[in-house]
Amino acid sequence: MITYEILQAYWWFLVSLLGGILVFLLFVQGANTLIFRLGQTEEERQLIVNSTGRKWEFTFTTLVTFGGAFFASFPLFYSTSFGGAYWVWMLILLSFVLQAVAYEFQSKTGNVLGKTMYRRFLVFNGLFGPFLLGCAVGTFFNGAAFTVNQDAMTLMGDSAVISEWANAWHGLDALFNPWNIVLGVAILFLSRVLGSLYLTNNLKAEADNPLYARLRHQVLVDTVPFLVCFLAFVGHVLTMEGFDVAADGTVQLVAYKYLTNFLELPAVLVLFLVGVVLVLWGIGTTIFKEGCRKGIWSAGIGTALTVLAVLLVCGLNHTAYYPSTADLQSSLTLANSCSSEFTLTVMSWVSLFIPFVLAYIVYAWWSIDRKGLSQDELSQDEHKY
Amino acid sequence: MNLFPLEAVGAGLIDWSRAQFALTACYHWLFVPLTLGLALIMALMETQYVRTKDEFWKETAQFWQKLFGINFAVGVATGLILEFEFGTNWSNYSWFVGDIFGAPLAIEGILAFFMESTFIAVMFFGWNKVSRGFHLASTWLTGLGATISAWWILVANSWMQHPVGMSFNPETVRNEMVDFMAVAFSPAAVTKFTHTVSSGWMTGAVFVVGVSCWFLLKKKNVRMATASIKLATLVGVIASLIVMYTGDRSGVEMAKNQPMKLAAAEGLEKGGTQAPFSIVPGVEVPGVLSFLATHDFNGYVPGIQDLVNGYTEPDGTEHPSAEYKMARGREAIEAFTNYREIRQTQPAEAAALLKDFRENEQYMGYGYLQSAEQLVPPVPLVYWAFRVMVGAGSALLLLLVVLWWMARKGKLERYPILLHAGLWSIVLVYLAEQGGWIVAEVGRQPWAIQDLLPVGAAVSSLPTANVSTTFFLFLGLFTLLLVAEVRIMCRAIAKHQAKE
Repeated sequence: MITYEILQAYWWFLVSLLGGILVFLLFVQGANTLIFRLGQTEEERQLIVNSTGRKWEFTFTTLVTFGGAFFASFPLFYSTSFGGAYWVWMLILLSFVLQAVAYEFQSKTGNVLGKTMYRRFLVFNGLFGPFLLGCAVGTFFNGAAFTVNQDAMTLMGDSAVISEWANAWHGLDALFNPWNIVLGVAILFLSRVLGSLYLTNNLKAEADNPLYARLRHQVLVDTVPFLVCFLAFVGHVLTMEGFDVAADGTVQLVAYKYLTNFLELPAVLVLFLVGVVLVLWGIGTTIFKEGCRKGIWSAGIGTALTVLAVLLVCGLNHTAYYPSTADLQSSLTLANSCSSEFTLTVMSWVSLFIPFVLAYIVYAWWSIDRKGLSQDELSQDEHKY
Repeated sequence: MNLFPLEAVGAGLIDWSRAQFALTACYHWLFVPLTLGLALIMALMETQYVRTKDEFWKETAQFWQKLFGINFAVGVATGLILEFEFGTNWSNYSWFVGDIFGAPLAIEGILAFFMESTFIAVMFFGWNKVSRGFHLASTWLTGLGATISAWWILVANSWMQHPVGMSFNPETVRNEMVDFMAVAFSPAAVTKFTHTVSSGWMTGAVFVVGVSCWFLLKKKNVRMATASIKLATLVGVIASLIVMYTGDRSGVEMAKNQPMKLAAAEGLEKGGTQAPFSIVPGVEVPGVLSFLATHDFNGYVPGIQDLVNGYTEPDGTEHPSAEYKMARGREAIEAFTNYREIRQTQPAEAAALLKDFRENEQYMGYGYLQSAEQLVPPVPLVYWAFRVMVGAGSALLLLLVVLWWMARKGKLERYPILLHAGLWSIVLVYLAEQGGWIVAEVGRQPWAIQDLLPVGAAVSSLPTANVSTTFFLFLGLFTLLLVAEVRIMCRAIAKHQAKE
């Protein structure tokens, strides 16, 4: 029997999975931060840009679908977070807009701003996109300052708007909480690690290519800050008070809530541990084994699993996934923010298409990437950036 | 108790939020129709290539694909903003109808965007990597993805124009979907989709014709230009006919579902039977508006004043005044307010209040209005946008027919004036596209959702200065991107040298 609760959990799982895949696909952003750092000649820079340029739409589309799926399944989050934390989301979107056009425009004559400026847009998006997304997800644990009152639509409220932000910073306040920053930095450096791993895999194997040595070194350089921030954040989450939803729907602070969640949801714990091990394995084999080019697969899948597990722990097991620091009882839970049972059911039918979609993505990706990208290919290709 | 909670929301905020959304939508709609249209035309060209194995068609298809690529990116970028603006700027809306409205957006992402973005990569980078057949399929699937995406977003838009398949849940204070099929396949959505997508095909066709005419004027790439004109004019004529047919159906549906929009589009103050169609102010054709709205020259069409003051149709059907609807709407909100206050403590009284609410529920949206005048959209803007759309559209159909005929006869190059007309028709088609959206969106003001939720009750609670700041930010950014795109496009066209 599929109950309303199961549907809510199923949709939280799908949204979390999309989030996990999105963080994996941030390798595009991560690699773009390295355009000028690793690309010492124009040829190398062009190679990096064209390599990520064949994947950026996957990242972008996943971001759009993440938004759409969140809207359809948990509309109160869409309403509260986007409408309230206005500036964080606007800055994220702005950086992605700049990225979307930068690829196509950079090498074309008449592009007004010049090649270097468009590449700086890519770097800007590469730095701020992952960092701000990390900060935004940080608020899932650390809370955000909002109130929710459905009676605003009646004559009772002081305001006519259901979701109100409790301070004038409208989302920039996420940057005042050091733990959000820690997660943002972790995601930023993770995306750079993934970016280097992706480039190692995607560029054609030519033993004397000087980029390889630089990429391997870069993986190491970025892994250190990533691991420090990631472990610090995990430590913080496991020891902090969490936002528990009591049987009657009231939200209360409970010590070691997320640690308890991990222990009470052993499957999620396994997912998390497997994910972390896969990420470390991908990084380790690339650093320690010369000529290893497959690190992105293990690290990428590991990233998706880890993020999935972290988001599951944040929403399942009677936990408020978007806690309010301004009014505890306004906190968003799966039950109080989700769509109706009817809509979730309809959408669940639609979700059966997802494996089919994944299958053709994998097939198309495989048919384009069978041979690594090389300078030779770019010199012959009509469509290059 | 605050009788008009909306007074807490400043008019400035509503206007800036509307301006920002309109800005994004208008820019988005500069790029999307060309995506839809070029996708069809270049897929047809590539099909020719696969059928005939003639390299000429491959080269031709690749040229249009290059322009498609330049245009595509900005459409994607503005589309991202548009999707999230429902949340950032219309947060009440997102909760109040998110249960219905979110679903098409999510389906669009899952079913359409991934198809589009996956196969566009194969289309651009796969020429030397995949088989001819797979490449052709990818080109078609790119276009199909764009078209399916248009389907779902227009389902969402039609639902705002004519909400169906939902009911109001007093516990959650929102509308909830009860009939997915009614939402996903409502006649309004079918009309809107066909009208909009065929107008996109028309845009693509006119664009290809215009660029090709320029080549002919410059006497270069003659073979490519002539072949492109022959194909594109045919696509354009067929698309225009579909646009006209669905435009006629939109008119009938508008008369039924959104009579105020129709009255505004005609600037019709006092309605009646045998209502005249205004060509420009002062020049009227009697009876034609009645015919367009009801398919009967004697059909009754209400005017703006009738809709505000109430009117009776010739068959005796009475339509109440705006004041009456607003009073009933306030009654609904009051009953609902009292219901919410006592629903847990006094279930019996609450049930009576709920019954009272249900009796007035259909007017709830009117209860959020402060004056009947608010119900009248900006008439001059809607009136002129409508004329630009219909005028430009008709002129384009005529021109496309002439160009098609002359190209078929091989005489086109002898008439530079026709080539000039073909080139400048690009401007006309964009004017028509923008005009169409202005009619559709400005014409339904003040409603975010027709009769259900006015924009004032839909907006996010933000300081006005925040929204005006992002407005100017986006204005600057989008304009910059547009200028860059047009310049890149012009350079790419100018330097193209076909092998022929």
